Amino acid sequence: MKIRSTLFAITGTLLAASAMARDVTLLNASYDPTRELYRAVNTAFAAQWKAQHGDTVTIQMSHGGSGKQARAVVDGLPADVITLALAYDIDAVADHGLLDKSWQQRLPDNSSPYTSTIVFLVRKGNPKGIHDWNDLIKPGVQVITPNPKTSGGARWNFLAAWGYALKQPGGNDAKAKAFVKTLFQHVPVLDTGARGATNTFAQRGIGDVLLAWENEALLARHEPDGDKFEIVVPSISILAEPPVAVVDKNVDARGTRQIAEAYLKFLYTPQAQEIEARNFYRPRSPTVAAEYAAQFPKVNTFTLAELFGTWRQTQAKFFADGGVFDQVGPGN
Amino acid sequence: MRKRVLPGFGISLGYALAYLGLIVLLPLAALAWKASGIGLHGLFRLLESPRTLAALKLSFGGALLAALLNVFIGLLVAWALVRYRFPGRRLLDALIDLPFALPTAVAGIALTALYAPNGWLGRWVVPMGIQVAYAPLGVLLAMVFVGFPFVVRTLQPVLQSLERDVEEAAESLGATRRQTFLRVILPLLVPTLLTGFALALARAVGEYGSVIFIAGNIPMRSEIAPLLIVQKLEEFNYAGAAALGVVMLAFSFILLLLIAVLQRWSRRWAERAA
Repeated sequence: MKIRSTLFAITGTLLAASAMARDVTLLNASYDPTRELYRAVNTAFAAQWKAQHGDTVTIQMSHGGSGKQARAVVDGLPADVITLALAYDIDAVADHGLLDKSWQQRLPDNSSPYTSTIVFLVRKGNPKGIHDWNDLIKPGVQVITPNPKTSGGARWNFLAAWGYALKQPGGNDAKAKAFVKTLFQHVPVLDTGARGATNTFAQRGIGDVLLAWENEALLARHEPDGDKFEIVVPSISILAEPPVAVVDKNVDARGTRQIAEAYLKFLYTPQAQEIEARNFYRPRSPTVAAEYAAQFPKVNTFTLAELFGTWRQTQAKFFADGGVFDQVGPGN
Repeated sequence: MRKRVLPGFGISLGYALAYLGLIVLLPLAALAWKASGIGLHGLFRLLESPRTLAALKLSFGGALLAALLNVFIGLLVAWALVRYRFPGRRLLDALIDLPFALPTAVAGIALTALYAPNGWLGRWVVPMGIQVAYAPLGVLLAMVFVGFPFVVRTLQPVLQSLERDVEEAAESLGATRRQTFLRVILPLLVPTLLTGFALALARAVGEYGSVIFIAGNIPMRSEIAPLLIVQKLEEFNYAGAAALGVVMLAFSFILLLLIAVLQRWSRRWAERAA
């Protein structure tokens, strides 16, 4: 009897508490490497929202490959916001009518509150002497990258390599194609995602160079056994812009638009920019960037728009069925 | 209709059909419907692609070989477990089911860690020129692993019900050991071996989780067909993915049908022998 009355009491208290302050949950569907980032961002945002509005926000996370997350949302995952690896995946969600096609203009900086770039992770002491992209195609060098067909990060890798070749003196599409084709002949394993590739390189000891998100490379360096690796910054790389967006259809159905929009705007505040920098994403804010300048080596970057146009055009040309990657990838 | 002891033919058949329809046929029909989006021309283009063919060859060739290996090893293991009493037999018996219980991704990661060039086994076999992880051999290994329990578990009850007197009778009638095994015991086991083969084959053809970690996934070399399906999904090419799924399903169905025919034939052969 005692147990039962205690249970009643607890239930009663919970019901009363929920009636007073509003409990809101948000679902953020994100890609794989952002686990640590959003854990920290969510805590900070919930505290701020509670202080300003009195409501308790719980932000649930769903992580997975960027394309897989986009498909999950298309297939009905009720995510309020999507924070993915590349704009094409959000375009695909927009194509299914879940959000406005002009979503990328709704927030500053192409709707990417933080950026990253592609760098090389090599073994301690850099035994193969890797300093730039053309060192990757030296005889005997093995390169680890996930498959651009299944990994958003790998698409940035591919485009960074292409951009390097294009920007060499006398560079053109044909030369870039030849360079990337040779590069992929040095790839012994194609994992499906970025974390899998990191494991293959770090835990299994395969390959001499890992092409990685800078945030993943910095994270790996700060792991307990991180001194087994070194980061090499190439002469030029791509500015990777992971975008964020509110899923219009879902927030309107759930009545969470106001808070979802506030959540994404929060990512641009100095407080969140600091959290992003601490989690190895390059902040957009010049002041925060200056503060963390020591952490991020100086990289000469080009943007997708400068060399390739929109993500839709890039996807169609390079990564669609029968596209450039199918012509130059391993096995050709 | 003949009168039965227990009633309920109508209701049980009704439930069976409804359940089968809901659980098996409905998803398959949805798959076929999605696949119809690419049309016959698209299907031929898909099947013409050397990359698709290489992946199908690896998936089905690997699965057939893995199932065959499992039949031999499984027969041996089941025989040892049923016929002999030895310390640790129960423990060994319980171990057989582990590949069922283990999440396949865990199995794949464990096998990869073992056979990678810096793994416990890999550091010995790789210098000898045997590459298991990140090679087609790794695909085979993962397929053997996931299919293994099927053969043992289907064989065990049959071996248990196989009376020893049959062998004794054969021996007393002058059969050699070899003749006893090949002409008396084996014919009785063949239908069950085929069941185990079919189950192990089906499991290996559809295996994704464990294979993906060990395969290396290099197109034309170590890329399995289910990975091609995932890649098509990544391109939001639902029809192409479904079409490849239907092709795999059709192949599997033909194989299973062939095995069923073989089984009928072998059962009749066994009955005639007995």
